[in-house]
Amino acid sequence: MSTAIDRTTTDAVTTTFLDALRDALQTCMRADPCVVLLGEDIAGGAGQGAPLEGAMGGTFGVTKGLFEEFGAGRVLDTPISEAGITAATVGAAMAGLRPVTDLMWASFAPKAFDEVVNQAAKMRFMSGGQTSVPMVLRMAVGGGLRAAAQHSDTHYATFTHVPGLKVVVPATPAEARGLLIASIFDDDPVIFLEHMALYTTSGLVDPYSGPMRLGELGVLREGSDVTIAGVGHSALMALEAAETLESEGISAEVLSLRSLQPLDLDGLVARAGATGRFVVVEEGPARCSVASDIAAQVGELLFGSLQAPIGRLTSNHSPVPFSPPLEDAHLPNPGKIVTVVRRTMGRG
Amino acid sequence: MLTIRLFEDRARREFGKGDMPGFVHSYAGAEAIATGVCAHLDDADMITSTHRGHGHCLAKGVDIMPMVAELYGRANGLCKGRGGSMHIADFSKGMLGANAIVAGGVGIAVGAALAARTLGDGRVVATFFGDGATSQGVLHESMNLASIWQLPVVFVCENNGWAESTPTSYAVSVPQVSVRAAGYSMPGTTVDASDYEAMHEAARAAVKRARSGEGPSFIEATYLRIGGHFAGDPEGYRSKDDRHAARDADVVARTAAVLTERGSNSAAITAEVERDFVARLDVAFAAARTSAWPDAEGADNFVYSN
Repeated sequence: MSTAIDRTTTDAVTTTFLDALRDALQTCMRADPCVVLLGEDIAGGAGQGAPLEGAMGGTFGVTKGLFEEFGAGRVLDTPISEAGITAATVGAAMAGLRPVTDLMWASFAPKAFDEVVNQAAKMRFMSGGQTSVPMVLRMAVGGGLRAAAQHSDTHYATFTHVPGLKVVVPATPAEARGLLIASIFDDDPVIFLEHMALYTTSGLVDPYSGPMRLGELGVLREGSDVTIAGVGHSALMALEAAETLESEGISAEVLSLRSLQPLDLDGLVARAGATGRFVVVEEGPARCSVASDIAAQVGELLFGSLQAPIGRLTSNHSPVPFSPPLEDAHLPNPGKIVTVVRRTMGRG
Repeated sequence: MLTIRLFEDRARREFGKGDMPGFVHSYAGAEAIATGVCAHLDDADMITSTHRGHGHCLAKGVDIMPMVAELYGRANGLCKGRGGSMHIADFSKGMLGANAIVAGGVGIAVGAALAARTLGDGRVVATFFGDGATSQGVLHESMNLASIWQLPVVFVCENNGWAESTPTSYAVSVPQVSVRAAGYSMPGTTVDASDYEAMHEAARAAVKRARSGEGPSFIEATYLRIGGHFAGDPEGYRSKDDRHAARDADVVARTAAVLTERGSNSAAITAEVERDFVARLDVAFAAARTSAWPDAEGADNFVYSN
């Protein structure tokens, strides 16, 4: 099933991606005392009391104000111990809480690889369903901020490859709010990846809306000639590309792959089948990418009915470079998407 | 302690017959540790365990019928055949799972203790791990977290002198692992786990401390591993003297001798417990062998909750 939340809400107000995330956290914490936040610098100034304590509110300000409302018992600043705090998140989830842990950057997640891959992801399975692990790991991802190789990973494919994890990547403020609420109240471990370039973007959000079901596509733009599916920031780039393509007489549909696991494969196949052309864009490195996986799955089901080979666009298969011209060359951008779509349309 | 020894001796023998999948790691020699700690816990309290987890299960009151069925990978096993010996768990008894990643359960225990404190339900958590786990970074991160948050958790290091084939004396930079506790501002003590009463007392103090909100404690319980790292380990790396010393230090025999010395009719009591438990083991192993396998259609069940 696909929905177009941004376009159908009636009580919507313009909200930034960052405020939408904070609103989701606040909504869940007010609704359920078992929702607690853990992470490095999510309050700031820990142990000093107001006004120093809580002054930071997260590296990007997502958790600003939550310490003041919920206190140190539910907004827990942690030492820089990604493995330890992720393990504690798993244990807390197994013992009755719904912890939401901020690992800051996805590039730091490899410090907690065991805790994510062997513990969080496998605990329900290994126990034969005796326990669930209702936790969310929030991480900032993505390039374009000149943050260099160790602060720019997306790890979309890394996490999607691990059975037992759900992987969510919102592209719009409405998706950010609705999907974070759904992730917090989901009974499985959810990896929630927030692209840094999106924090300051704005969009319409219904402040009274509930959770947005995991496992659906977001429809950002309707179109009839080609279906472009993008992950997170790449979906917004695809929207920009669609404007250019329209001026060339190409009508592009743009989808947000906001739930990488579970994936709405049926929805993708229906939409790509309807336009007859499919392009998938994501920001991770090229090999074993989410783009490759989705292209393979869609291709298997639509072989013979598509009018062109599926187009894929990823970053280069390299770490993210620092120098601006190098990073720009490395990442997807609207121009590169236009090029791939033109080729798919036989205009390359 | 006696039932754990009987279970492990039986599991080792049955494993040798070749129809138990995977591999098993025996708790023989360490019985006083799980027993001494879990004596102070109730069903709501939680433990995390290791690849050597059968003793922790029994000490926490887990039923042997579904336990043995799990060792054989059967549908009626505790984990419905998804876990086996190394991932055996019984959440209804607060046994949050054997964990086959060294130190894997330690951080989980700290998180469970955070949940207990947040919910204010009075539960405490004990985490069992080997001396090898004290070389893992996550153990140190977890001890630090437990200390700064003063969580109700007891760290129990089962030091058998060997991390698989590597001696603790080679791999750990301090002569006594318990001195690590000072680095995290928690009490640390070393106990000879061939002395049940000493083990019981050390655990009593640590659990009481956790229960009363005074924070975490660290117990290093030393014992000598009876048998190899796993059932079938030829132990070529271990001297004959060391292996014999393990048998001589046997906590089950030692405890029986102490009881006899004090005038208890321990020989008769031991014989009776043994007779009853062996009969139960006979039933459990026979039943497990003839229990149904899990349905292959469900090979990817239990990955997600919805």
